[in-house]
Amino acid sequence: MAKVKGLKCRECKRPYPADPLHVCEFCFGPLEVDYDYEALRGTMTRKAIEAGPPSIWRYKALLPIEGEPAVGHHCGMTPLVKAKNLARALGVREVYAKNDTVNHPSFSFKDRVVAVAVTKALEFGFTVVACASTGNLANSVAAHAAEGGLQSFVFVPADLEQGKVLGTLIYDPTLVAVEGNYDEVNRLCSEIADKYRWAFVNINIRPYYAEGSKTFGYEVAEQLGWRAPQHIVVPAAGGSLVTKIWKGLKEFDRLGLLSGGCATRMHVAQAEGCGPIVTAIKENSEIIKPVKPKTIAKSLAIGNPADGYYAYKAVKESGGHGEHASDEEIVEGMKLLASTEGIFAETAGGVTVAAAKRLIEQGRIPKDESLVLCITGNGLKTQEAVAPALKVQLQIKPTLRSFDEAMASHGIDVTPRNAN
Amino acid sequence: MSVKVRIPTPLRGLTKGQGEVEGQGSSINELIENLEKSFGGLRDRLCDETGTVRRFINIYVNEEDIRFLQGTSTPLKPGDLVSIVPAIAGG
Ligand SMILES: Cc1ncc(COP(=O)(O)O)c(C=O)c1O
Ligand SMILES: [Zn+2]
Repeated sequence: MAKVKGLKCRECKRPYPADPLHVCEFCFGPLEVDYDYEALRGTMTRKAIEAGPPSIWRYKALLPIEGEPAVGHHCGMTPLVKAKNLARALGVREVYAKNDTVNHPSFSFKDRVVAVAVTKALEFGFTVVACASTGNLANSVAAHAAEGGLQSFVFVPADLEQGKVLGTLIYDPTLVAVEGNYDEVNRLCSEIADKYRWAFVNINIRPYYAEGSKTFGYEVAEQLGWRAPQHIVVPAAGGSLVTKIWKGLKEFDRLGLLSGGCATRMHVAQAEGCGPIVTAIKENSEIIKPVKPKTIAKSLAIGNPADGYYAYKAVKESGGHGEHASDEEIVEGMKLLASTEGIFAETAGGVTVAAAKRLIEQGRIPKDESLVLCITGNGLKTQEAVAPALKVQLQIKPTLRSFDEAMASHGIDVTPRNAN
Repeated sequence: MSVKVRIPTPLRGLTKGQGEVEGQGSSINELIENLEKSFGGLRDRLCDETGTVRRFINIYVNEEDIRFLQGTSTPLKPGDLVSIVPAIAGG
């Protein structure tokens, strides 16, 4: 059963074969995987999905691989946490945190896209995988290449956080730090991709890679009891994740898998120092003006977002909105999520929480409604960003007296048990 | 006024497979007009019906996106390197 009919230009709809191709030769529009939804209607049922593995591969029929998954068998089905304390803090009825800080194996949602991309690269017969990355993709490509027995080349901006550098190097790829911002890394990679026959997950494998992000949306809907969320706040860099969550929810609706249809409002979260998509949303302009990134949210620091236009359209189509977050708000957002729910997210999570806070305060997300926060990466990777804003640890001698003195001198209220 | 122009893979069908060609013009607009004379059809690939550069194409002069310069009015001087690059995802 060939569920993938081929690729199709998202703009002019010209068909292309399911090859390692990414742009339309005629209009430069991105190519997208074209499925046979009629054939899927009978087989892609709630029951069939629920009988599948506890990973993204339970949705395999809606992913563009031909055979069995080659890598990333444990990716996805991350917790959808009912965040009561955070909901109270934000003053809204119901909040869920979709927690991809614990995604397998590299602790971000990027494992979803890379599991698909590397499986596809192996199906195409490539022996080398590569990517341009703001950090999380780097970790994930290097990890999955190791698992798949492929050589890997990873290109990142030279100012990346230590955690993301080390979290890539450990898998033994060739890691290349480029002296420039992500958009410069990307431009360079487009030339490298033209020269070498590699599987560049975000270039020639992009149509397949991007489909992996749909599973974020599928899982949220399944975990909500086969319902689409009322609101969802999605952090955006290139704008692919938010575009694909929207696509995933609409596919589920089309296949009749959702109770109550799909009336989700999609909201985009970006940093003030790099928020071209949110700026376009606020200005109601289809034209995304590129910016030079300047933010602590390095994972989201893409000034020229390739899917910005589609992210914009998803927001407008769904009746959602977007908000920026300042660097201070990002740190506050990370601390709030950790201190209310015990979830340590990276800077992108801080952006999401902070943007949601603004949207709630503005009434864009009404206080009596329900929202899902996309928490897409792990805080241990971006320690530099929060370290200066945390309390210092108390250091004491190994004596009770030293402890009591420390409590007293820091004004920490500890009530002793009743001494009878 | 001669500049070097990097041609991306999807357009090489029009440039006889060449990844780099010579071009003439004192601005991006003029360059595109002149490229059209040597490689018929190129202009329509780069620009839509209204003459604006297509949404998913980035043009760089010496590594800088022309949207940070003066768009298609960006001036060119001899020896400049112009790159035409399709939009790329990532993250
Ligand atoms: C942690 C995290 N969240 C969100 C995103 C945004 O993804 P997209 O580029 O698909 O908009 C990224 C991208 O790098 C990321 O690393
Ligand atoms: Zn097209």
